[in-house]
Order: sequence, then C-alpha cells, then structure tokens
Amino acid sequence: MGDDILQSLKAAIAEKFENDCRILGALEIPDDAFDPQRKQYASTPVLREIVATAPADTKKILGVVDVDLCVPILTFVFGRAQMNGKAAVVSLFRLRQEYYGLTPNPDLLRARASKEAMHELGHTFGLTHCADCRCVMYLSNSVRNIDIKARDFCEGCSGLLSAFKL
Amino acid sequence: MKEDVRVLVVDDELIMRDSLSDWLREDGYNVVAVEDGPRALEKVKAEEWDVLIVDLKMPGMDGIEVMREVKKLNKEIPVIIMTAYATVDTAVRAMKEGAYDYIVKPFNPEEIGLTIRKIVNQQRLIRENIYLRQELRRQFQFKDIITKNPKMQKVLELVRSVAKTASTVLIEGESGTGKELIARAIHSCSARRKNPFVAVSCAALPETLLETELFGHEKGAFTGAIASKKGRFELADKGTVFLDEIGEISLQTQVKLLRFLEEKEFTRIGGTKPASVDVRILSATNKNLGKLVGEEKFREDLYYRLNVVCIKLPPLRERMEDIPLLTEHFLEKYRIENDKEIRGISEEAMELLLRYGWPGNVRELENAIESAVVVTKGSLIEPQDLPGTVTSLEEKGYRLGKSKSLHDMEKEYISYMLEACGWNVKKCAETLGIDRTTLYNRMKKYRLKKC
Repeated sequence: MGDDILQSLKAAIAEKFENDCRILGALEIPDDAFDPQRKQYASTPVLREIVATAPADTKKILGVVDVDLCVPILTFVFGRAQMNGKAAVVSLFRLRQEYYGLTPNPDLLRARASKEAMHELGHTFGLTHCADCRCVMYLSNSVRNIDIKARDFCEGCSGLLSAFKL
Repeated sequence: MKEDVRVLVVDDELIMRDSLSDWLREDGYNVVAVEDGPRALEKVKAEEWDVLIVDLKMPGMDGIEVMREVKKLNKEIPVIIMTAYATVDTAVRAMKEGAYDYIVKPFNPEEIGLTIRKIVNQQRLIRENIYLRQELRRQFQFKDIITKNPKMQKVLELVRSVAKTASTVLIEGESGTGKELIARAIHSCSARRKNPFVAVSCAALPETLLETELFGHEKGAFTGAIASKKGRFELADKGTVFLDEIGEISLQTQVKLLRFLEEKEFTRIGGTKPASVDVRILSATNKNLGKLVGEEKFREDLYYRLNVVCIKLPPLRERMEDIPLLTEHFLEKYRIENDKEIRGISEEAMELLLRYGWPGNVRELENAIESAVVVTKGSLIEPQDLPGTVTSLEEKGYRLGKSKSLHDMEKEYISYMLEACGWNVKKCAETLGIDRTTLYNRMKKYRLKKC
C-alpha cells in the first residue's frame, strides 16, 4: 500500500478529530479471516487483530487493508467499525477504479479512502448512518454514493460528534 | 428517526445474528436478536415490533412457521424471510404465507436497507392514512351525522344555531334521511342536553293510545287503567319531546297538542287537574305539512306553532358524495358488531352504490351494508354481497354509456331513474330536474311502465 494514502488519511483524521494521529507498522491479517468459499476476508477477525495491536494509550485505531472485506450477512463491506468502540477498518479493495476495470486514479482513491475512514471512525464515536446524502455518515453501498458525499460530517452529525467526543 | 424503528432478528446462527444486528445498528435501527421461534414469539407477545427478519432454515420451528405464529399474534407486522438456500419453491411459499419480502444471504447491503426503508415508509403511510381518515371523519361528522354535502352542512349549521334557542323545530325529509338523528343532535347541543330526550312515533300508535302516551292517564280513566301513568311530556320534563311522523296525528289530537303548545299545560286523560311541564317540542314529517294544511287535514295554527324553524333534510340521492363516507362508517359499525375481518368495499360494489337511487335513503344504505357484511365470505364487499334491490338495476343492463343514440340514452336513463326511485314519479322528476308533466310525456314517448 502506498505511503501517500496513509499520509493523506493521517492529515485528514488529525485535522478532523483534533488529536495526534500516528501511523503504526503493517497489519498482519489473521489466517482465519479468509473465507475460501467467498474468497473474501471476514471483517470481524481483522477488527479483533487491529484491537490487539493497538498501543495502550490509543483512543481510536483505524486499520487500512487492501483485501476485499465482508461480513457473514452482507456480500461485501467498504469498512467496519466497533460501534462506540475503539477500532475500525477500511478496505481500499473496492475503492480503487481498477476494481471496476477503469484507469487508476490516485486522487479519487485518496478522496474515497478519506470519506470511508471518517465514516467508520464516526461509528466508533457512536454516530449512526445519516439520511443526508452529502454527509460522510450517509450509508454508501457503491463508490457512486461515496463520490457524491462530502468529506465532512453534516451539521447534525458534527453536533453529535462533539457531544460524543466529550 | 430510525431509533424509533424496532427490528427483531431471528436466526439460529450466532454469527449471522450478530453481523446483521451490528449492521442494522450502524444504520440506526433499534435491534434485538433471538435464536429461535419460541423466543421470537415471546418477544412479539411482550413488545411492539416494526419489522421481523426471520431466517428460513432453523431447527424446530422454521422461518415460515415462526411467521405464521407471529401473524396470529399480530397480522400487521411485516416479516422478511431470509435464507442462504434460496429456491423458487421456498420463495413462493414464503410470499404466499404473507412474507413482506424474501432475501438471500449474504445480501447486498443496499438491498436490506432499502427493504426496511420501504417497510418503514409504508408503515408510516398506513399510520398517516388511519390518522387522516379519523380526522376526515371527525371533520365530516357531527353528532353521528356524517356528511360533506353542502346542503347537509348548512343543515348542521342550522342545527347548531337553533339548538341554543327554545324554538320549536319542524324537520322535513323523506323516510330514512335521519330526522331523528337531527332531533337528537339539536337536543344534545342544547341547554337541555342533561335532561331526557323522549321520542314518540305518532304513526305507530292509534289515536287514543297516542293521547294516553303523550299526556298520561289517571287510574280508572279507561278499562285497564289500573294505575295512573305519566305521559311522555311529563317524562321529558326539562328535556325535549320529539314527535315523529307528526303528519299522521288526528285532528282531535292536534287540538290537544295545540293547547299544550300554547298554554304549556295539559291534563292527564281521565284527570281534572291541569299540570304544567317544561319541554321543548321537535317534530318531524315525511309529508308535505303545508299541503296537508291546504287539504284541511292539518290545523294551520298548529302547523305554524310547530314550524317556527324548519329544517329540510335532502334525500340521499341529492348527497351522493356522502355515500362513500357513510358506507365506510356503516362498514366499520357492522364489521365490529359482527366480528368480521372486512377491509372495505370493492370499486365495482361502490360503483353500484353510487348508481342506485336510494329511495329508502340513509336507512336503506345502512341496511344494505349491514346485510352485505353478514352475507360476504371475503374480506372485501363485492357486488354479489349487496342486496338484490341495489344490484338488480345492474342486472337489467342499466349501464350508462352502453347506449348508442341520445334517444336510447335518454330512454335508458329515465328508465333507470324511475327504477331507482321505486317508480315514484314525483321523486324521479325532482332528481332529473324536470317537472312531472315533462316526465310523464317522456314516459309516454318511450312507453315506460312499471312491470
């Protein structure tokens, strides 16, 4: 995974959540996460691994993976988070233009990754999906929806976020 | 607010249960997950749910059995059946048994979200619809009188204003138009509402009996009068007396009634001592009292005494827009009375109700609906459930629009209206907006005769 994408995420997260943000070492995806039948990675063991690797002083930890993530009930997920918890994960797998047979677009990938990172971290602060399709907490089931929404939280979600952060 | 939407997930596999619940919680729903049918039924008995998502294949009770039992407890709860082993048969079975939707695991995140949103919107619309119907009914309902007809609305305005006065009121209207309801409405809006409302049907009693009923009698007044008895006027003291079919009373009783109205005093039959009571008199007739006065069958002085304020009730055929409202009201009334699951009335049946002339007015409509509720085997009132009088016009082929020429059309329409008005030429002419001579001429021209 390119360092530039991690750097851009670090900058966006630090700014939005007004906290120190560090990039840790590479994450080892546990073997039991792989589902050979679905040829995808179950997100729960990945999240568990992320929590296990978090340093003690960590408030929130975000994993960034390049594999296709899923949950048993859904065909795929762009990311997963522990609601009101510590850890979240985003997958770049379906955010890349290449997945859809298109020419790579690093700027677009960075934008999408940033939105999904904000979205999943929003869940760790207790935010649920938002009905405003411009808000980053809007449920995106396709990259089309991700591209439509803004990188930021809507007014309502921002208010809730500051209340939850307290 | 999604937090208000309560979702019950039923799946025997922990991993499925958890991942679906987590995802739904992320989407903002209030979720509870249980592992089998019996626990799900306990939850449905104990709490209110907006949506149930039930796995098809479970040990013990399968998803369809769970749904069936749930529907026995609350048939309104939408149930989504999910399965990892989708076949056309199971899908058809699930939908036939009343599933709202059938989805295959693992599902596209958009699919389940969309389905629940659809359900929530639909539930909201249903609730809104129920609320609006109640509001509509309230708006068009006044003391059990349901109407949106302008003439009737004016009548109700008059009822409200006349109720506050002490005037006598004469209510005119064909049989079944709701004259007694109007009288009761006047009473219940008046200052006398806490005192008795006593109705007397003047046509139902022979002359002597009517006088006894109205004024009471003393012991020994006539053979069989073994004790003295209070009359209706005495019973209604400080209240209202409603004299229905006032046009039927004899000239002799009219004299006594007039004296009572003038002096507020009466003497019991066989008695000597006059007594006084404080009652308000409302009367009603389906006859033209003015005409009876002209024919000297009704005393003019009494007529003016009774007719201080006159309320004329339009026949149902002149307030056809009320038929759907009234039908709904009676359907609800008789559905509850007969404990039947009836959703409503089909478009075809409603069309028949709207075409019929209703010579018996609202009472006839009420009887027709009561009979249809009793007769129907389905959950919707269909044309065949309606009484023969209503449907016979249809069977005879009086369908407008089938005719080819204006001549045929006019003939059929007049024939239809005559039939609908029970061959009452006066009523039919009024409905058609022509005078009786013109109607007779047309009947002659088209050779229309009652079979």
